[in-house]
Amino acid sequence: MIKFQSVTKNYPPNTVALDDISFEVKSKEFISIVGKSGAGKTTLLKLLLAEEEPTQGRVFFDDQDVHKIKKSKLCFHRRKIGTVFQDYKLLPFKTVYENIAYVLEVIGVNDKDICSQVPDVLDIVGLSEKADNFPQELSQGERQRAAIARAIAHRPEVVLADEPTGNLDPYNTSDVIKLLMKIHEMGTTVILSSHNREVVNSLEKRVITLEKGKIIRDEEKGRFFL
Amino acid sequence: MFPTLKRVIKSGWLSFRRNGMLSVATIFVMVLTISLVTSFLLLQGISNSLISSLEEKVDVSVYFKKDAPEEEITKIEDELLRIPEVKNIDYISRQQALDTFVEKHKDDAQMMESLKEIGENPFLASLNIKAWQANQYEAVSNFFENSTSKDILEKIDYFQRKPLIDKVFSISSFLKKFGIGAAIILGILAILVTFNTVRLAIFNHREEISIMRLVGASNWFIRGPFIIQGMISSLLSVLITLVIFIPLSYFLSPKLLTIVPDFNLFAFLRSNFGTLLLIQILVGIGIGFFSSLIAIRRYLQV
Repeated sequence: MIKFQSVTKNYPPNTVALDDISFEVKSKEFISIVGKSGAGKTTLLKLLLAEEEPTQGRVFFDDQDVHKIKKSKLCFHRRKIGTVFQDYKLLPFKTVYENIAYVLEVIGVNDKDICSQVPDVLDIVGLSEKADNFPQELSQGERQRAAIARAIAHRPEVVLADEPTGNLDPYNTSDVIKLLMKIHEMGTTVILSSHNREVVNSLEKRVITLEKGKIIRDEEKGRFFL
Repeated sequence: MFPTLKRVIKSGWLSFRRNGMLSVATIFVMVLTISLVTSFLLLQGISNSLISSLEEKVDVSVYFKKDAPEEEITKIEDELLRIPEVKNIDYISRQQALDTFVEKHKDDAQMMESLKEIGENPFLASLNIKAWQANQYEAVSNFFENSTSKDILEKIDYFQRKPLIDKVFSISSFLKKFGIGAAIILGILAILVTFNTVRLAIFNHREEISIMRLVGASNWFIRGPFIIQGMISSLLSVLITLVIFIPLSYFLSPKLLTIVPDFNLFAFLRSNFGTLLLIQILVGIGIGFFSSLIAIRRYLQV
């Protein structure tokens, strides 16, 4: 479903974010990408979203080279992916409800269906009572849950979660991971990037370990080794 | 398409409302810009009125010999009226000239004494000729050059007045050209100021725009609400400008009449209201629309 083929990404003047990375992700898999800060995890996700272009190599999504898609058609590719960003990236002038409804409006869902789907999603993430609040009125944990709700509202094929527990306390961390597991059980491919050892080890899923831009380990029931 | 349009309009309106201070700042600048354009248009009205009244004062008088028969003078008057450059002619007979003089100077004992001394009516019959434009008096003068009735003419005061007539013509044509030049410069300035204000407003939304791109919104779905916001700001700016100008011109009108007696500002505004409104709306909404469209382009490159 997703394929990275000899991907290298350099940032001038001399930062090597990714160095000749190759791996595949099958449909309905749950994989964790781990490594230190600066290992290249976020860059990997950015390449998949076509937010950045690789210096060398190719990235495939459903057998299509993501970076050959025309800029005006990129929006269709991104609709297949739900992303939970490290900094949440919620629209500040829209309420939680409106933020989630936005992705449904983008794909053309009618108002009646939006009215029924958004409350369901809010229920899944436990934010039903915060529907009319703006992002700045929420705690970090609530913002992260709102971001997850937005990422899954339109039932994408893949959910990318970039350090979703980075700013959270252990309680919220646990809630967020349980949510991601639930999403995976519902049939979505999940790619989680994290530097949280306990979280990754508790999942007992495939782990790809990055270090200085290279994959040093790729194990089916992997663990995050220091 | 219509549900999307409805969403875009709703989103634009909500965004406009929720971005309070930014919207106020944008509207403030646009009100200033549209006010400047409106003031300029009103000034043009005043200026045109001044030019016309100035041109009105320019005329040519032709004086006839003492014994010139009235029928001959009337014949010349009829021939002159057939010249297309002539707007109108006033015939002042010898008697009328005398009566006017007496009326004007009846309280001036010295003047009346001098008149009595002369004994007879010293005034000549004259035709006071007004042309449509200051540069057309040459045609009138040429008529007399080629006329067969030259022998009953005493004097034509065109050549004495020619320097004044030329000066009036050059002032009025300069003012007209200046008006066009100033209008173009003002127009460009207005567009630039508004464009930069809208660009700044959209700059503030760059993070939002990139988020919208990342969640898969199409370019038009992103642009739409910002264009609507731009147009709402423009429309409100036009309304605010009108709310300012209508009472302002009503109160300024009587004061202005003391300086420019022939020009009633409020009446001018009222009679040109449709045109003014149209220009304001075109300027306001047009600039708002295109500024938003152009300003947002660079943020859609993500």
